[in-house]
Amino acid sequence: MGVTRAEYCVIACAEAWRGAGEVLASPMGLIPSVGARLARHTFSPDLLLTDGEALLVGPDGTPEGWLPYRRHLTAVTGGRRHVMMGASQIDRFGNQNIACVGDWSRPRRQLLGVRGAPVNTLNNPTSYWIPRHSPRVFVERVDLVCGVGYDRAGAAGPGAARFHRLPRVVTDLAVLDFATPDHSMRLVSVHPGVTVEQVEGATGFALAVPDEVPFTREPTAEELELIRTVIDPDGLREREVPDPRGGAREKGASRADGGARGGERPPGRGGGGR
Amino acid sequence: MSDKTMSAQDVVGRLESGMTLGIGGWGSRRKPMALVRALLRSEVTDLTVVSYGGPDVGLLAAAGRIRTLVTAFVTLDSVPLEPHYRAARERGAFELREVDEAMFMWGLHAAANRLPFLPVRAGLGSDVMRDPDLRTVTSPYPDAVSGIREEFVAMPALRLDAALVHVNRADRAGNGQYLGPDPYFDDLFCEAADAAYVSCERIVDTAELTKEAAPQTLLLQRSSVTGVVETPNGAHFTSCVPDYGRDEAFQRLYATTPYAEFAERFLGGGEHAYQSAVHTWRKERER
Repeated sequence: MGVTRAEYCVIACAEAWRGAGEVLASPMGLIPSVGARLARHTFSPDLLLTDGEALLVGPDGTPEGWLPYRRHLTAVTGGRRHVMMGASQIDRFGNQNIACVGDWSRPRRQLLGVRGAPVNTLNNPTSYWIPRHSPRVFVERVDLVCGVGYDRAGAAGPGAARFHRLPRVVTDLAVLDFATPDHSMRLVSVHPGVTVEQVEGATGFALAVPDEVPFTREPTAEELELIRTVIDPDGLREREVPDPRGGAREKGASRADGGARGGERPPGRGGGGR
Repeated sequence: MSDKTMSAQDVVGRLESGMTLGIGGWGSRRKPMALVRALLRSEVTDLTVVSYGGPDVGLLAAAGRIRTLVTAFVTLDSVPLEPHYRAARERGAFELREVDEAMFMWGLHAAANRLPFLPVRAGLGSDVMRDPDLRTVTSPYPDAVSGIREEFVAMPALRLDAALVHVNRADRAGNGQYLGPDPYFDDLFCEAADAAYVSCERIVDTAELTKEAAPQTLLLQRSSVTGVVETPNGAHFTSCVPDYGRDEAFQRLYATTPYAEFAERFLGGGEHAYQSAVHTWRKERER
């Protein structure tokens, strides 16, 4: 069986925790969870993981520590954590919104609320996972700044920027970061089967795109085995990101984003480098 | 030691419209739902509610009892978005003071320690700073390396007129015990409040509290507790482990039923009527 899109996403998420050391990995969402567990099983064995509630657990579920919310917040402000959050909207400098769409005082759609996004982004490395890369998510300006982007952190002074870092954004199409002179969003790699044009078409602002854009790396045989038989044997990842070669293509075309990711093009052609 | 036991109705009788009310638990976890249901049966309204929001906020918002809500989120956990809260927000039913999860905790700490504020880094650069009442504070101490005197958010104390929390066990004097994996912030809610009311699954003798559980499970001290209410299944339909988990099926019913219809079937009578209506609903579903 070939590597599926969801599996490339798992690899791209796992890479967020490479070299993180002995810190808490806080993945939000299914594919980031598989990615964090994969990193812990392979190249980042010192990572701490929770059971989703108040226990720190090893790869086999053995409790090794206690982390109720109050102590979780200290892990955040102490900086010994790398979180991967979701985003209803994200802009070119990494400002993120999960609170509401429309005017905050009377929103068109109330969502989660700011949650811990302000404290996360100012205190520990914060990456993002976006399962459907579309112009509705990648917007010129977010409706409410929950997670703080580079421009806003810079403007808020040295205390705000001191521990602020947004290492990467992983989507169903690509990996992005903010490693440009002005910290605007940059395309790092596209998943095999995705074109640069596709990513640009699915992004509501102008991305920084290098001359050569590589593909997201292949999983090793060991990694594939771990994903498929140990970490996610029921294949829940394929439901979060259906493989474009599979039966999910029609469903993809009827999405609310109007097929803006250009998913109708044959995969594999003109893929990464350009 | 004085006996602080009372009924849920007694608790609500001590609350007044216009009060600032803190509600313990977290999302759809160990919420004092029986006390919230008692509140819904009363005339108390125009509340400023301070809560890590779950169905407590959803119910009070749907019933029009909230004037101002102070929160970082409102969620049902397994159902990420609280439908009744969302509907109320989208029709502009109340004022929202939206703060970050950590800011919220430090606001309770400040109140519990009788401080006007505590400095937090969280909030800077984000849109929570659009709240015109939020101010910043500059450190009097320059950083040893950079020489910079950092600026922080001065999170104001979240002082409460009253707090409602639910725990697994308590004695008649108000010593409260949690037996699940997370205390949440219920001790802080009680310490930040002028009056704190604790409902529990079971009232036990003081000596029973430490018979089978370690003393660090004794989360609430009687000195910060005003009243104790025995309400078995009183966190339903939120979780109250290890006594019971969340009633996911019932929560789905709550989330998909128009509030008026839900209230008519489940909230019309007292707590006993509620628990029997839930029992009847479950029986019907099994058939």
